[in-house]
Amino acid sequence: MKLPPFQSLLDVHRHEIYRFLLASVGSNDAEDCFQETFMAALGAYPDLQDSSNLRGWLFTIAHRKAIDCHRRRRGIPLPVGELPETEGREDPHVADQALWGRVSALPPKQRSAVVLRYVEDLTYRRIGEVIGCSEAAARQNVRAGLRRLREDINS
Amino acid sequence: MNDLETTLSDFGAAELPAAAAARRFIEAAGESVDIAYRVLDSPLGRLMVVATPRGLLRVGFDNEQGVLDDLAERVSPRILEYPARLEGIRRELDEYFSGRREHFEQTLDWALIAGFRRRVLAVTAEIPFGAVSTYQEIARQAGQPRGARAAGQALGGNPLPIVIPCHRVVRSGGGLGGYAGGLDRKEYLLRLERAASRID
Repeated sequence: MKLPPFQSLLDVHRHEIYRFLLASVGSNDAEDCFQETFMAALGAYPDLQDSSNLRGWLFTIAHRKAIDCHRRRRGIPLPVGELPETEGREDPHVADQALWGRVSALPPKQRSAVVLRYVEDLTYRRIGEVIGCSEAAARQNVRAGLRRLREDINS
Repeated sequence: MNDLETTLSDFGAAELPAAAAARRFIEAAGESVDIAYRVLDSPLGRLMVVATPRGLLRVGFDNEQGVLDDLAERVSPRILEYPARLEGIRRELDEYFSGRREHFEQTLDWALIAGFRRRVLAVTAEIPFGAVSTYQEIARQAGQPRGARAAGQALGGNPLPIVIPCHRVVRSGGGLGGYAGGLDRKEYLLRLERAASRID
């Protein structure tokens, strides 16, 4: 298996992985998820069987780390009177704060599918590879995510 | 595309702290990474120095292509630009090029060197600063008295030039012989060592 030096993965993909995580979990957790993503990738890298889609492989790991992050967050009770982080966060990098708070609150597959489609511009086939479903199901996840966002906005 | 989709595509995030995050990742992962490298400036142009946790693995001149790709395949693809591990060799090369160092003290990782090549390079490593030997003599010491040509090939594949001083091996008749980094570099190193030896 011919794999490029790991440094080149970091150089080439750090920006889009960071952006994916920022859109998925918000700026408070993006940094930690980024570290976890690349640490896990470095550990598994030599055993990787297919080097044809390293970008998708990194997105898959980042997708899982974002899920872990949301699980952890649910496990931590918020202090009384404090709003959930996704509601009131101040994020200098994100254009529409309220909308991205809602994206962050979507079910995991819908969230990743929406982010990969609109922020990262992946095809439905590639999205399916990342989140582990068919192309049709990836399309379905994006559509369901959009529907839910519209309902949230209009409610 | 409707409004919602347009807004989603306009995520923003023009300037992300991704480079800083990548630096922090390297700080955390570099210590134990299989292969660390760094690029140094030297009088011989840019040098790439590469080390495993066991020691110095490779020194590459800038005319060599695909040094890291080759190491990714032969040793491990877990490769990061982690300069801290190469600080010792950076300092020693600096001192060597300014004529203040005759021996390198870095531990070497011989993982890329096996068989006859290993015997040749082990013998070559013992040639003193400022001295020279011949392909014939090196072959004899490596156990193949008639293997001058093979010794030349082994030296041409030295993964640790400068540090294992293959530049100190010349032809019996006085000719310079060959050098993977180019004869100009070989000449430069021999002149540097002659000059530094004379001062002593």
